[in-house]
Formats: sequence, C-alpha cells, structure tokens
Amino acid sequence: MALSAKAKQALLGPLNKNNPILVQVLGICSALAVTSKLEPSLVMAIAVTIVTAFGNVIISLLRKTIPNRIRIIVQLVVVAALVTIVSEVLKAFAYDVNKQLSVFVGLIVTNCILMGRLEAFALGNGPWPSFLDGIGNGLGYGWILVTVGFFRELLGSGTLLGYKVIPQAAYSAGYENNGLMMLAPMALILVAVIIWVHRSKNKDLQEGTN
Amino acid sequence: MDAISLIVRSIFVDNMIFAYFLGMCSYLAVSKNVKTAFGLGIAVTFVLVLTLPINYMLENYVLKAGALSWLGPQLATVDLSVFSLLIFIAVIASFTQLVEMVVEKFSPALYNSLGIFLPLIAVNCAILGGSLFMQQREFANVGMATAYGFGSGIGWMLAIVGMAAIREKLEYSHVPKPLKGLGITFIITALMAIGFMSFSGINI
Repeated sequence: MALSAKAKQALLGPLNKNNPILVQVLGICSALAVTSKLEPSLVMAIAVTIVTAFGNVIISLLRKTIPNRIRIIVQLVVVAALVTIVSEVLKAFAYDVNKQLSVFVGLIVTNCILMGRLEAFALGNGPWPSFLDGIGNGLGYGWILVTVGFFRELLGSGTLLGYKVIPQAAYSAGYENNGLMMLAPMALILVAVIIWVHRSKNKDLQEGTN
Repeated sequence: MDAISLIVRSIFVDNMIFAYFLGMCSYLAVSKNVKTAFGLGIAVTFVLVLTLPINYMLENYVLKAGALSWLGPQLATVDLSVFSLLIFIAVIASFTQLVEMVVEKFSPALYNSLGIFLPLIAVNCAILGGSLFMQQREFANVGMATAYGFGSGIGWMLAIVGMAAIREKLEYSHVPKPLKGLGITFIITALMAIGFMSFSGINI
C-alpha cells in the first residue's frame, strides 16, 4: 500500500528529525533505568510501541466525544488499561524479563511520549495517521533504547542478549569488562553522546547561538 | 528510627532522579531557573506525601490478594491487584487537580511560571513510581509509606534545585554547540548521579 506524504512524515519523522527522546525530550523517565542489558531494552521498546500505537488509535477514535476538561483523565485511563494488558501478557509469557523490568512496565503509563503524542497528535488527527504516528514514535524511542542497551551490555558485561561476544582470548590478554557501564549514570552519558552526534549532523536542531 | 533511616535513604541513596531516572521530563524542562524548580519541587513533594498513604491503604485493604477479607471471609480469595495501576493513577490525577487549584488560588505567579508542567505532575513518573515502589517493597505501615513519600519528594526537589542552580551558571560557559542545552544537561545529571552514588551503603 502506498503511503501518502503526510502518513510517511508521521511514520518516519520521529525516527530522526523529530525523535521523541533527542528532540522532543519526551519519555526519558522510564527509559534509561532498563537499559543495562539488551533484552529488557528490546522488550521495553516493543511494549512502548504497542501502547503508543493503540493508545493513539483509541484516543483518535474518541476525540470528538471527550469533553476537553477531563481529557487528561480519560487519556490516563485508556493508557493505564492498555499497560495493564501488556503487563499481564509479559507476566504470562516472559516472566523473567518482567521481573527485571519490575515497576518500569507500570511506569509506561506516565511515559511522557504517550501523553505528549496523545495531546499533540491523536486529538487532532484520524485513527490511521495516529496509528502510524504511534508506531513511528515508539520506534524512534526504541532505537535509542536499544542502542544504549547494546553498548551498555557489550562494554559492561561483554555479552549480547546473554551470549558471550568478547572472546575468552581477549580476557586472557588482559581485557576487562567496564563495570562503570553497568551503573545507572552511564545511560545518561550514552544518551548525551547520541545527542551530540545527532545534533552535529542536524545543525538546525542546535540550541541557542550565544 | 526506621522511619528516619528510610527518609535519609530515599533522599540520598534511592534518589528518584539519580538512581531511577524518574520524573526526568519535567526535571529537564523546568530546571532552568532555581525559583520555578523549587516551586515544582514543593508541589511534587506535596503530591507524593498525600498520595502514598492513600495508595498504601488502597493497596492493603482493597487491592492485594485477600485484602478484602475484613469485609467477610467469603471475600478472602478476591485478588484485585490487576487494577492497581488504574486506581493509583486515578488517585494521583485527582490530587494533582487539587494542587493545581490551590496553587492557582494562592500563588498565581508560580502557577504561570510552571505552566503546563503543573497538570503534568499527574504523569510525573516520580509520583506513580513512588506508589509502585511502595507496592513492591511492602512497607510495614502507613507511617513508613508516608516517610518514603516525603523522602522521595525531598530527594527529587534537591536534584532539580541543584540542577537549576548549575544551569543558571552554565549560561555563561562555552559548551560545544551540539551539546548545548539538552546534551550538557544529561552529562551533568550523570556526574551528579555518580556523586550521589558515594552515599550508597549509608545506614543510620
């Protein structure tokens, strides 16, 4: 199916120029604490994408019937219901990952990406563009999460998805895992580095000139 | 004694921002000036202190498996914990509404400078995070839950006020252009977090 220009923009914009984390500064809250390993990062990225996409669709369908004053509560209820479903599914099929993510699955509810996109996009657009926007933003959020998780696991424990990647020979030659990578602050530093690279390439996004 | 230890731990060791990155959105957006940051910090602490005991009681007398047994033995098997997210967020959203009305009435200046971030306290991860951690850690009584809420709120306020102070000074320094604004804020937060890690292991 051919996508119209607008739909394409809704889907692909958030991956780069309009990235929720790098540019819109949304959704950092629940993002970083789960990135010490690649697997929980992947699961988290998928969960957020699903919730954003379907939350966008539902709010977009309801947008003409929600009274303006109570819209935040309606949005929260819709999102909380979706997150509850995701969390029950995770408990049933991926119990170990669910344990690792602990409260952060529940915290998807308060992920600013959701509220931000619901407010900014779903309230003013039809269900289909909203769905694409949700997928796009979920993926834009996801690739940052997965990149950070990838480097933290690779450098911090020398594994990827639990498999050993750094050969034993390297350890024998004196290579050591960087324990600092496993600490929480390194997630922030990695995101800062991604922002640095991203903004060096997109000069129009740089803040201020003074 | 336990309560004091819990407060100190939640301010310095389990700091909402530096250990769990909760509430980062408003933290990044509002930490440009100390006064506004302080106001938001107070509001967050207030909502945390009020919502945690309420959610604690809801959790223990309504939601948990067997929590309804005080209504009658036939209800001892009811487990409503699936709904905890929905209930918690509803309590938080209504309290945020309350705080918003109070601030608008008594301090219009603060109300205007906080702007959109006041209603967004409802979706501040630190608040829901507080309730979810409370659920996970199974505190002994309401007092402990309140102490945890108070400590977390103060910790959050400490972080955002400290950050705001640093950012005010940072205006005058030469940061590499692509790092300006968001990037350098992340790096400073990380450095502050590493600093706060030196508190870990404290026991009072």
